[in-house]
Amino acid sequence: MYRYDEFDHAFVSARVEQFRDQVQRRLSGELAEDAFKPLRLMNGVYLQLHAYMLRVAIPYGTLSSRQMRMLAHIARKYDRGYGHFTTRQNIQYNWPSLSDTPDILKELASVEMHALQTSGNCIRNVTADHFSGAAADEVADPRPYAEILRQWSSVHPEFSFLPRKFKIAVTGAERDRAAIQVHDIGLHLKKDENGRLGFAVYVGGGQGRTPMIAKKIRDFLPEEDLLSYTTAIMRVYNLYGRRDNKYKARIKILVHETGAEELARQVEVEFAKLRDTELKLPDTDIQAISTYFAPAALPNRPEGWGNLARWKKADPEFARWVQQNVQPHKHPDYGMVTISLKPIGGVPGDASDAQMDAVADIAEEYAFDEIRVSHEQNLILPHVALADLEPVYRALVAAGLATANAGLITDIIACPGLDYCALANARSIPVAQEISSRFGSPERQADIGELKIKISGCINACGHHHVGHIGLLGVEKKGAELYQITLGGSGDENTSIGEIIGRGFEPEKVTDAVETIVDTYLGLRRDKTETFLEAYRRVGPQPFKDALYGGSAQEAA
Amino acid sequence: MVDKVLTANRLADGISVWLDASGNWVESLQDAFVARHAEAVAALEATGKRSFDENKVVDVNVIDVEEVDGTLRPLRMRERIRAEGPSIAYAPGYHGLSGPKFAA
Repeated sequence: MYRYDEFDHAFVSARVEQFRDQVQRRLSGELAEDAFKPLRLMNGVYLQLHAYMLRVAIPYGTLSSRQMRMLAHIARKYDRGYGHFTTRQNIQYNWPSLSDTPDILKELASVEMHALQTSGNCIRNVTADHFSGAAADEVADPRPYAEILRQWSSVHPEFSFLPRKFKIAVTGAERDRAAIQVHDIGLHLKKDENGRLGFAVYVGGGQGRTPMIAKKIRDFLPEEDLLSYTTAIMRVYNLYGRRDNKYKARIKILVHETGAEELARQVEVEFAKLRDTELKLPDTDIQAISTYFAPAALPNRPEGWGNLARWKKADPEFARWVQQNVQPHKHPDYGMVTISLKPIGGVPGDASDAQMDAVADIAEEYAFDEIRVSHEQNLILPHVALADLEPVYRALVAAGLATANAGLITDIIACPGLDYCALANARSIPVAQEISSRFGSPERQADIGELKIKISGCINACGHHHVGHIGLLGVEKKGAELYQITLGGSGDENTSIGEIIGRGFEPEKVTDAVETIVDTYLGLRRDKTETFLEAYRRVGPQPFKDALYGGSAQEAA
Repeated sequence: MVDKVLTANRLADGISVWLDASGNWVESLQDAFVARHAEAVAALEATGKRSFDENKVVDVNVIDVEEVDGTLRPLRMRERIRAEGPSIAYAPGYHGLSGPKFAA
């Protein structure tokens, strides 16, 4: 993985000391809140309902064991013994004191981490496929390009005060596991007919109150043009993006109002000015960054195949976990392990300090010291020999981290919601917990198959409800919580925005409504191989409306 | 008039606090001073502004409450959760406060 050079170390350390000075001046009264607030936000410090919240960047979701141990240490020393992994592959702490944050940031800097650009109208943490560098279906590892973008976008003077925040996601496989089409810029790393690497470029996707699927404005951008073309997009957005209305300021609105074709033309005009400037990426630079992401030397471990068959036969629980949580690796003797942070009835994305330490230990012993955070709020061990799966599983069981539900109905994304978030209108976590408990039986989940439920506690859609196969949006109506259901959303290579199915449901009725939807699907699917999403796309919303509302009279209410 | 109390977050640690009758910021809503007429609300607002200016608290707001069987209860769910804490067992060894439960 990428290691800081001298410049990086000096830069991050200087920023920590700068923030320490700002905090001291704030606490002494020298700095007023209005002046301080943008400064704390630039360092990832928010004020939520109960306390401050610190959002720490995890670039493209990649962590070493040493970094994970630091996250555990911070949870233990400065917070309440846990952290929350987010849909942007970051971690949030919900209870830090302002006076401690400079020390926290100093500790983070010691393991090459920070909280810069995790807030504000700037380019945020670049996210990536959590299986990057390991997936069998990958063309190339997209993380070197994510790192190049990270370096380019860090305190970029031209792009630090954009009309609104800006999110970039990259993937290196046809199967989109990074939801690139609901990002401001989505980059799909691919090869052209000559075997050259480059990107399909998508622009103007996003969720929030106006969900939009990104438009492809370039089918193939050579890799050396990544920064010049991205700069061209940013310049067009910075110039024409709306600043008069916060709710219309994201690039998706600009793309929508300008038209993708015209916007692409404007980008090309800028790009023509930039493509042969210092922004052109030399091969040597790409190679130098790629070296940091060189795959671990994975020794052949063919004994794993026989062992795995024996272990699975001996332990059905282990077999279930392998079936659900282990994906094929590009090396046939290895697998990619999803560590579910969705225990049945638990808080999606939360991990205790002890669990974080356990994952760090397991990664160090069995997984080449590498950990990923997925945007689905799970952790990943990208390189585990099949021959080591059994001891890894045992260690995860001991840490309470072996829930075999990756991709199933209880693998729910949920934002913090009204239990923490100052923007939320309704709670998300208890909804997820109740649905998880209702569908917690392993047999029932397996029978239902792949089904992604995503829950947001407000229209900002941090819980990605628009792209949930079943999406739940919490709203406040007459002072009480109400949950609006959308169906048919998807955040993969065939991205779709879910459709509102009808009137919302009260908290005590929403789990029943989800169960009705699931039962309807089970009753109409062609066979067990037809997933919920496939069935929905085949039959449309009507059977679900009928099942939920028993007719048309109530649904419009 | 709806009963009102003054709430904020403490500057140094961000913890939710309410103003009591002695003019102190306390961590329990139940110890808050309740304003029941316009003059009292104006006094709360003035105190809130002063505390903000003195850098003791941030995000100062007057909120609506009701008294039920001697217990203060904010009218909005958001403020009930602020007062009671997360409605979930959120941390190791923590089993939830007596906050608003989710479903029946």
